[in-house]
Amino acid sequence: MSLKFEDLAVGQEIGARSIDVTRQDLVKYAGASGDFNPIHWNEAFATGVDLPGVIAHGMFTMGAAVQLVSDWVDDPAAVIDYQTRFTKPVLVADTTGTSEPGAVIEVVGVVGALDADARTARIDLTVTFEGQKVLMKSQAVVKLA
Amino acid sequence: MTINPDLQGRSYPAAEVYDVGREKIREFARAVKATHPAHFDVEAARALGHADLVAPPTFAIIVAQRADAQLIEDPESGIDFSRVVHADQRFTHHRAIVAGDQLRAELHVDGVRAMGGGAMITTRAEIFALRDDLQRDPVATTTSSILVRGEGQ
Repeated sequence: MSLKFEDLAVGQEIGARSIDVTRQDLVKYAGASGDFNPIHWNEAFATGVDLPGVIAHGMFTMGAAVQLVSDWVDDPAAVIDYQTRFTKPVLVADTTGTSEPGAVIEVVGVVGALDADARTARIDLTVTFEGQKVLMKSQAVVKLA
Repeated sequence: MTINPDLQGRSYPAAEVYDVGREKIREFARAVKATHPAHFDVEAARALGHADLVAPPTFAIIVAQRADAQLIEDPESGIDFSRVVHADQRFTHHRAIVAGDQLRAELHVDGVRAMGGGAMITTRAEIFALRDDLQRDPVATTTSSILVRGEGQ
């Protein structure tokens, strides 16, 4: 399957997915990214700096949300620009030792704009946790053939 | 603790080289729950026209946050890392990052403004490789704003 610019229309949905998140995922992301801020893995530390509990790295949410776009365009390198604002924290409950996720993030992608000269599409991502948007102006620009 | 307003306009030169390895691309891809084969299978990446495994779209954060660390750890900055909240982030890719790249990042402090008892700081990392003739090959530009919360915020 190869996407063609001509086949896209503004408003078209590219897909949706749910992302399960556990405390272990946050430890994994900390290790992979090098961001060891304890607010992402230590409850006492997080509440000690006035947070409601352990929260996901904003960059974990941003990085996981764009996978919908990478898979849809079928080439991660086609994502030439990606931005977001972090508006609400994703609180991740401690479900260690169970098979339950500590949080579930929902992602929906829609074609937000098309640029015929550049042959790019702007994909607008709606990213929510417990019904509230956690990312705002989450936009990925993809270059198409 | 207050944020030093003189930080604005400051830049930190590219200090160290970041060697992009295949296993790091795979590890980071798994950590953001990416499953596209171009992150894991060299042949799949080559089939798409890439020289080697392709990094996920937010991989450059590793290099950018290392550059940011120079600012955060600068004793003159007055930033308490435990009170830092990430406010926004952008990646502009001039080309794909692939395994085998040697990346350098030059950090620029583009904005500092007081907010309540804290401050919003905007930084930009210009990430590049060096060509054989030592000219810069631009790879990515990342911009990031962090909110340093004041006490009780």
